Amino acid sequence: MQDVNDIVRKINPPMVEGDHDYGSVTDKISDITLKKRTPFGWFIGFGISFMVAQLLLFTTLYLVTNGVGIWANNQPVGWAFPIINFVWWIGIGHAGTLISAILLLLNQKWRTSINRFAEAMTLFAVACAGLFPILHTGRPWLAYWLLPYPNTMGMWPQFRSPLMWDVFAVSTYATVSLLFWYVGLIPDIATLRDRAKNKWFKYAYGLLSWGWRGSARHWHRYEIAYLLLAGLSTPLVLSVHSIVSLDFSVAQLPGWHATIFPPYFVAGAIFAGFAMVLILTIPLRVWYNMKDLITDTHLIYMGKVMLATGLIVCYGYAMEAFFAWYSAAEYEVFMMYNRMFEGPYWWSYWLLILCNGISIQFLWFKRFRESPFWLFIISIVVSIGMWLERFVIIITSLQRDFLPSSWGMYSPTIFDWTMYIGTIGFFFALIFLFVRMLPVISIFEVRTLLPEAEVKRKGEEH
Amino acid sequence: MKPPRIRLMKDNIYGLMAEFDSSTELVEAAEKVRDAGYTKTDAFSPFPIHEMDEALGIKRSILSYLVFGGGITGLLLGLGLQYYTHVIDYPIIVGGRPHFSLPAFVPPAYELTILLASFTAVLGMLFLNGLPRPYHPVFNVPRFNLASREKFFLLIESADPQFDYPETREFMESLEAQEVFIVDE
Repeated sequence: MQDVNDIVRKINPPMVEGDHDYGSVTDKISDITLKKRTPFGWFIGFGISFMVAQLLLFTTLYLVTNGVGIWANNQPVGWAFPIINFVWWIGIGHAGTLISAILLLLNQKWRTSINRFAEAMTLFAVACAGLFPILHTGRPWLAYWLLPYPNTMGMWPQFRSPLMWDVFAVSTYATVSLLFWYVGLIPDIATLRDRAKNKWFKYAYGLLSWGWRGSARHWHRYEIAYLLLAGLSTPLVLSVHSIVSLDFSVAQLPGWHATIFPPYFVAGAIFAGFAMVLILTIPLRVWYNMKDLITDTHLIYMGKVMLATGLIVCYGYAMEAFFAWYSAAEYEVFMMYNRMFEGPYWWSYWLLILCNGISIQFLWFKRFRESPFWLFIISIVVSIGMWLERFVIIITSLQRDFLPSSWGMYSPTIFDWTMYIGTIGFFFALIFLFVRMLPVISIFEVRTLLPEAEVKRKGEEH
Repeated sequence: MKPPRIRLMKDNIYGLMAEFDSSTELVEAAEKVRDAGYTKTDAFSPFPIHEMDEALGIKRSILSYLVFGGGITGLLLGLGLQYYTHVIDYPIIVGGRPHFSLPAFVPPAYELTILLASFTAVLGMLFLNGLPRPYHPVFNVPRFNLASREKFFLLIESADPQFDYPETREFMESLEAQEVFIVDE
């Protein structure tokens, strides 16, 4: 019998390990939020992230008082770090939506333990992403000019431009992600309300839960709404990164003008996002002792998704090179040659291949896939690689286009770097706050994973 | 001196509530309540139970139709906005494309479709559920705070035409409940 159980376990691994019931999963997850003492490690983590976030604050201050000239953006590289970082962050956000929406539609039960903080990650990543184009406008207080509203200038935004599509796509994405995340939180906030001892927390959670009481009629509409949101988010997330890629591929520039861009960018986004989910999950499950809820199986599945999407991205790299040659267009051929061998940033291309192409090949092997340590290392390498991908696409294409007389060198200034690193601190500071204040794992959905949640009819065996 | 308050059972209670330990028990009890002809009923559980819809006789919500309407509104709004700005109010030829460049107008209209449909889904769900509603009589039952944790509750409201205090209470006690509570108004 032992053998049969082993086989069943292998085919259909349990998503919640250990002896858990409804009460114990509730306590375990909500205690992170409700217990009085904040762990010392939390202060260290939050403190470091918050200090790094000050780089963002001071750079923004300096930027607003001095103008975008503090960055290295200049002809011919007018789009540099701001858009690299924008695309990097927004791509990271996509894994959260993939986990919460697409895996829900595909009925993948393993999403349940990781969807909540993956969605939080999405929100915070989109917040970081949104900062860059807004600050890059130079006068961020006039960023509302991007929106269509009747104005005294008698002008309207140009809807034929992908940049305008971006405004609609990214703002819709941020809003819908927030709605999806909050709807998922309502029943769990009600749990916190019922468990909180402190009067003020009870009051605050009571307000945020909107008086949720777990009624069957409410659950009925709730589930319809949740499923519809998943169905709406799925095409949304694919459209957002496709539109981001159109910012480039609609232009005539060699290195940007490629039809493969939308799917290749979407795969890259999911690839980078899963890397970030792993970077967040692996320490979280150790620090909060959550290995029974976020099991090794979860990590292995995420590793496999990373491998699959990484291979699609590698196919994209191969096709870029192939079509540069196959097109026989001399500017395309030169672009690729310049990017790979001759240009000043030739090494960034090979570093990119190393980070995104070579490093993930280790995931074919069980030894690496099943080791949280190696998954963590590979995820960090992939995150760097995905940043380099945008660097290569944006910088090397703009540096040398058609006319040698208009070529130019680009090297980032210190403020390009402080702004970028500052957003990383900002992102992690938000993650730390979220972990302390709201349930990191969807409690009500984890309850449904327990075997006793299934309704067993008399005379029916499951 | 005020006269002592007389407890008129049918008038000043909101209903009767039975507590159960498992989702299976709740569903079985709900089926019996439905078969006994009660209609003003509700069940409370710490997670959604799909079998409950049938057991309680819950009709499919109109929410999906509302969301469809929201989506169509978003689509028309998006196309209308672009038609008005680029054809009526400020026609200008860009890149040799027609004033009404439909392919280019698809992405903003598409995003607005999703935006309005999502808002309809969330706000419609809250509205149809009668939320936000911070106070509700069921919260008067002290053990009800376990409904968001591990216990399952079944409610028959006193507003139900079949509700009769001693009889309904006896009926609920016959459902193998852990305990039956009176829900104060």
